Amino acid sequence: MLSRILLALSLVLLVTSLALIFFVVPTERTMGVVQRIFYWHVPLAWNSFLAFFVVFIASVAYLWKRTKNWDILASASAEVGVVFTTLFLISGSIWAKPIWGVWWTWEPRLTTALVLWLIYIAYLLVRAYASSSERGARFAAVVGIVGFLDVPIVFLSITLWRTQHPSAVIFTGGLADPRMILTLVVSIFTFTALYALLLVQRVAFKKGEEDLRRLKRLAESE
Amino acid sequence: MENLGYLFAVYTIVWAVMFGYVLILIRGQNKLRQEIQQLKDSIKEKSP
Repeated sequence: MLSRILLALSLVLLVTSLALIFFVVPTERTMGVVQRIFYWHVPLAWNSFLAFFVVFIASVAYLWKRTKNWDILASASAEVGVVFTTLFLISGSIWAKPIWGVWWTWEPRLTTALVLWLIYIAYLLVRAYASSSERGARFAAVVGIVGFLDVPIVFLSITLWRTQHPSAVIFTGGLADPRMILTLVVSIFTFTALYALLLVQRVAFKKGEEDLRRLKRLAESE
Repeated sequence: MENLGYLFAVYTIVWAVMFGYVLILIRGQNKLRQEIQQLKDSIKEKSP
């Protein structure tokens, strides 16, 4: 039921977001039409931060309570977070080419974001290659907690260091036209709904895998 | 309309990756369902 509601909400928001981006929002004066990448690039980044925050909370809860459900939530959120981070890195790189003239530059925001992606790839690898699922869950929880330290570093990198990346326009009134703010807000809700949908699906899938493992053990013992 | 190609590249890639990920999830869920069914059937066969 929850999945169906989230799916319907995601689709409605997705269509609204696309309509706003391509038909309503005015073209930005300096960057031109390519600036419209912003309306998906920023929500992707925000939601990857949200996904890794969920990993952080669930990892703390798992180490404290040692309940399998917290581990399932953490690993599901990490996987969705990696997908979102991959997409925000790719969209940023494509946006950089016409604006900066390069696909990639080792400046603080981009570098810390790439490190974030690598941390959570490591998180998934730790789980996959641990000698037992319990060990994997424990080690991954530690990576999930320590790795989250990079999220505020990525967020603050544009103020901590001199960088090519544009400064935060949302909190500083950089978006002059109200249609730009509306489009961004709708896109953020779109990707948040999509994140929630993917998370619910991934958690259900992982719980199904757990049940299957339990059933197999039961069948073997009989 | 300069740089329109970059704009469409981003939107196409985001769509394609999301679609691909959802497809992987659906396939995984179907496989899981199949395995659970097979296991249930084999347990039924074993039980007197």
